[in-house]
Amino acid sequence: MQKIMMKIRFKSWQFALFLLSLALWIYCYVADSGITNSVVASGMRFGMPLALAAMVGIMCERSGVINIGIEGTMLLSGFTGFYVASYSNNIIFGLIIAILTGMLTSLVHALMTVMWKMDQIIAGTIINILASGLTSFLYKEGSTVPNSWPIFDIPILSRIPLIGAALFSQQGPIQYFGLILIPAIWIMMNKTRWGLRTRSVGENPGAADTAGISVIRIRMTNVIIGGAIGGLVGGFICLELVGSFSKDFTAGAGFTALALMIFGRWNPLGAFAAAILFGLAQALATQLQIFGVDNVPNQFITMLPYVFTILVLAFSAGKVRPPAAAGKSYEKEQS
Amino acid sequence: MKIKVTRDIFIPVASVLVALGFGAILIAAQGHSPLQAYHVLIVKGFQSTVGLQSTLSKAGILIMSGLAITIGLRAGLFNIGAQGQVLSGALAFTYIGYRLHGVPMWIHIPVALIVGAAFGAFVGGFAGFLKATRGVHEVISTIMLNSIMAGIVDYLTQNQFRLANQPNTRTPDILHSARLPHIFGYPSGFLIAVLLAGFVSWVLKRTTTGFEFESVGRNRYAAWYAGISVKKTIILGMLVSGAIAGFTGAIFSSETTGYFVPAFYSGIGFDGITVALLGRANPYAIIPGAIFIGGMRSAQSAIQFEAGVAPDIINLLLALVLFFATAPLLAQLIRSNTKSITTTSGWGS
Repeated sequence: MQKIMMKIRFKSWQFALFLLSLALWIYCYVADSGITNSVVASGMRFGMPLALAAMVGIMCERSGVINIGIEGTMLLSGFTGFYVASYSNNIIFGLIIAILTGMLTSLVHALMTVMWKMDQIIAGTIINILASGLTSFLYKEGSTVPNSWPIFDIPILSRIPLIGAALFSQQGPIQYFGLILIPAIWIMMNKTRWGLRTRSVGENPGAADTAGISVIRIRMTNVIIGGAIGGLVGGFICLELVGSFSKDFTAGAGFTALALMIFGRWNPLGAFAAAILFGLAQALATQLQIFGVDNVPNQFITMLPYVFTILVLAFSAGKVRPPAAAGKSYEKEQS
Repeated sequence: MKIKVTRDIFIPVASVLVALGFGAILIAAQGHSPLQAYHVLIVKGFQSTVGLQSTLSKAGILIMSGLAITIGLRAGLFNIGAQGQVLSGALAFTYIGYRLHGVPMWIHIPVALIVGAAFGAFVGGFAGFLKATRGVHEVISTIMLNSIMAGIVDYLTQNQFRLANQPNTRTPDILHSARLPHIFGYPSGFLIAVLLAGFVSWVLKRTTTGFEFESVGRNRYAAWYAGISVKKTIILGMLVSGAIAGFTGAIFSSETTGYFVPAFYSGIGFDGITVALLGRANPYAIIPGAIFIGGMRSAQSAIQFEAGVAPDIINLLLALVLFFATAPLLAQLIRSNTKSITTTSGWGS
């Protein structure tokens, strides 16, 4: 246990923040469990896509590839997933197509950045512009998906007081899958041979190459796996959370996810915690608006996530250290 | 500037042709005639006098927003938030434009333009400040600032700056003393844009500041070692980039619209990215690309009425041009000719 705590490297203020939110949560739960559960559950729903999108960033950047194109990946895969599900009347098929689209989009990103050694930020931006152009041109109004996406309780876990109703009930399968996937990525990143190779390629590709690891292959695989997750998020939003596709539905979420990844220090669990905190803040703001507690204009409420993202970065970015080789393409030394 | 045939002529033209080819397939797939669509593009964009005027007017705007991105790229900064800076500059200009009564044109226009540029510089400079002092990458901060500025501008247009007793949300009209005159029927903004391109090129090539930008853009460690203040250069780079973007918005309000509605300005900042990347971040080389894109934009609404193709086709075509011009296969060719433009070397930097 202590070893794990060491690995996660809690700082005292983070621990204090954690305790404080826990206390607040319990207090609200005791005061009014119904509303508290619904706010926490909607916070989870806001946070999970961001957390998964942050996993895309982590997958890529731990191996040394910056992926600004998360936004475009989600947009394209949400698009194909939604329309395939709509035309084939099969939501599972749609999700599979979404994941494949994500992988394909990332393959393009990987080719540009890893093979052709383009500037990684420009490559990602091109993917975003392309995705936005393609989806808005091909967009057709009025399509719907079959309304058969299952929403269910997890049998025993949903009975747990406090966390049960908020985390394990009335959610769709991808939401639950995220709860498994994120810790799995953490374990893979820190405990497996693949994880060690990924991290070494991201920190010092030259040394990794000398040790016989193929930098190109590791980076290509990681970016494509990241794309699969990105595709999952696209499908998750369009098929499970919202149930429709709208033009530019990502609205900067991919960039917010990158900020959360930085805030979580490129650690899957850290990014997850950051995303959930972010989601909770948004859920709380929405709830306050419903109550009419604040008479803040609508524009400022929609602005909140963006302001939050900048604040999060301003307080964390300078203090954390990215993977040393992130953003640099690897050129084998010629003898 | 030395012109290289492959890099500067063959690749841009080829990528435009390939993109048009892909676009044709997609248009045909939607059951429309690609030939008719492209015919409309050429006629409406470049043949008629009205079309040409509108094309040049749009091209001038795109040259300027492209210059904003270009000067950032040369200093190693990728200002993808030009859109927010354009909006803030435009609204500030509009406010001065309708509020300041009774001054002659030769005072009113410069004052309003300077205020517009200052507001753009403020937004851009804020991102630069965050990068220099807190290590916040400008790509994320400026994208977020885009959405924040869109919200603020929308709020102001609907409340404080709104023209009362009007069904649609808009500001009052900019006074005549702040409207840029046309020169022989052609937009003066285009001329200003070309002069600005010359000025930016001069700054980059002949001044100390330009040298500092270039040094930091190429290798900030070497620049730091040579005694250049990297932080100061980053802030200044974003300030200047933001100022040009704000100036762009101001010119646009003065020349074309005459009042402020946020939707008028959509796409200016993002087209500027396409323009800058197509012109490989060279102040003069961005001009042809800007004229081409300006033509496409000015034919955008006609393509729907006359060829039945959704106007989003233009966004798609531009994205494809950018993709083919900068990316796959051709990237090999480019790379063998020059070092590609480097904007970043990771988050921490």
